Amino acid sequence: MDPCASSSDVIAALQAEITSLRAALHSVTAASSPPPPCTTTSSPVFRPGRVKIDHMSAEVTDSNPYSRLMALKRMGVVKEYERIRKVSVLIVGLGGVGSVAAEMLTRCGIGKLLLFDYDVVELANMNRLFFRPEHAGLRKTEAAMATLESINPDVCLEGHTYDVTSVPHFEHFLDRLRRGGPDGRSPVHLVLSCVDNYAARTAINQACNEADVAWMESGVSEDAVSGHIQTLFPGRTACFECLPPLLVASGREESTLRREGVCAASLPTTMGIVAGLLVQNALKYLLDFGDLSYYLGYSALTDHFPRHTLWPNPDCGNIWCRRRQETWRGKGRAWHRRETDCREVGEGAGPVHGTNEWGIEVIGREGVDVEGEVGVERGSAGSVQQSGREGTEASLEELAAELSQLQS
Amino acid sequence: MDGGPGGKAGRAEAPASEPMPPVWASTDHAPHVLEEIPMLHTRAGPRDGNQWISRVKEEMQAVIALVRINKEKDNDWFQINPLNKLCTRWEGKCWTYYQGVRFEFTLHFDVPASYPATCPDLIIPHLDGKTAKIYRGGRICLDLHFQPLWARNVPKFGIAHALALGLGPWLSLEIPSLVSAGLLPVTGTTAR
Ligand SMILES: [Zn+2]
Repeated sequence: MDPCASSSDVIAALQAEITSLRAALHSVTAASSPPPPCTTTSSPVFRPGRVKIDHMSAEVTDSNPYSRLMALKRMGVVKEYERIRKVSVLIVGLGGVGSVAAEMLTRCGIGKLLLFDYDVVELANMNRLFFRPEHAGLRKTEAAMATLESINPDVCLEGHTYDVTSVPHFEHFLDRLRRGGPDGRSPVHLVLSCVDNYAARTAINQACNEADVAWMESGVSEDAVSGHIQTLFPGRTACFECLPPLLVASGREESTLRREGVCAASLPTTMGIVAGLLVQNALKYLLDFGDLSYYLGYSALTDHFPRHTLWPNPDCGNIWCRRRQETWRGKGRAWHRRETDCREVGEGAGPVHGTNEWGIEVIGREGVDVEGEVGVERGSAGSVQQSGREGTEASLEELAAELSQLQS
Repeated sequence: MDGGPGGKAGRAEAPASEPMPPVWASTDHAPHVLEEIPMLHTRAGPRDGNQWISRVKEEMQAVIALVRINKEKDNDWFQINPLNKLCTRWEGKCWTYYQGVRFEFTLHFDVPASYPATCPDLIIPHLDGKTAKIYRGGRICLDLHFQPLWARNVPKFGIAHALALGLGPWLSLEIPSLVSAGLLPVTGTTAR
């Protein structure tokens, strides 16, 4: 018999099975939204490997999944590890970094995870960690929730399959930031940006500035051999629009970025390392230990880890960023302002804002036009009148009609 | 074109190509277009109420100006119209010629929530999956060469700039390479 014929039968059968599993999964996830505070509905497809545990125990037994984590307290690293059960983290992007970050936090026993991605799992993703070939065709949010729940049923999971940059979804996204806490009313504690494009990062920046939520950015370069993480506290550290995006987004020179050929290469190693750096930094922030990194680069070719703090730009184009900066100045609240720490501190710290602290120089690289207006300013003197109408005279409808007629 | 509406005394000999990244040097959707499209002023996105209306008017005027420029040069290569009243969704088509054959595609995009900090994702559904420079769903990959330029020119750049400086060069670079790779069948297109 032709082996191809039988394998195509198998494929057809598998596809039918995927469809029905997806439907089953979908009905479950649909039924659980809008989510009451912290109840992940058990999936009929992947049964959890253990029952839920109410309280984290430090008891050292082979059957306690938290004993090694609670040992961090005995070792003096973390004061109160159980706090992680009350923490809510929102992850945007379940690619090679985000999915691994979600697994790490799940294994750490995080209280609640909110997952956002609009994509489906593809076989082309199999050079990365976390997803498995049998997930191909499933939505990343669905596949991730099923896997994460089976790893640790104590974690409350919430998944949303949409693009956060689109106008209709953005408001919902903002609402989940503001009310995605474990109690269903308070804001999430931290947002992790694990997306691969500038537009999504800007949307997350906008939402976090508006909702005043701390976030951490991650990125892996197009050539897969460098990456970075960045911590953004609205008003206290540089937001994503405070600095020219190219430098922050890649930490690489413009000239090397602009290459012919492919949109992106990827390596499981670099992505795993960046996910590890990201979640380590998140744990430090959430459980209050060690020094936070505000910008930490990683160059795989030279094993170089540049580390900087990026201060907010008083002239940032994002109005919410400027408002948050104002809040931190105006109320006289204080936070550490050292190279290594911008966290909030008690009364009596020094002046919270100096002058000219836009951290441009720390990442400025030769050959990159950091503040350049690209010489196009001269065009702006020209000509909004070019269409033959003054700016405010024509209504939107008239302009639309003019455009349509012109092209007919 | 030097007599175009943007022309001003003393500006004719200004080196128009100076701000251009090198990738555009080889394209015929040319750098000089940049000088002729009106710059925008209002920094507002779709969530900003009346400010957005002002912004959309500027957008519309800039697109109208670009269409006029193209028509004057007998170099029409796109058609685009807003789909909804708020002008957050746009739809149309774009085309390019290669080896005497016209390749035409439908084009659409949504204005993102964080606009104008980020430029819209221009989508050509027909090209989905055909090239590494297309993301899923047919979003053309402008990250490398156009997004950085856009970011440095917020809020002055608008939809017209995304078309003229992002989509135009992209089409004239990518379509030939898709055709030579045999990924774009010549059927269904008409000769010029
Ligand atoms: Zn800012």
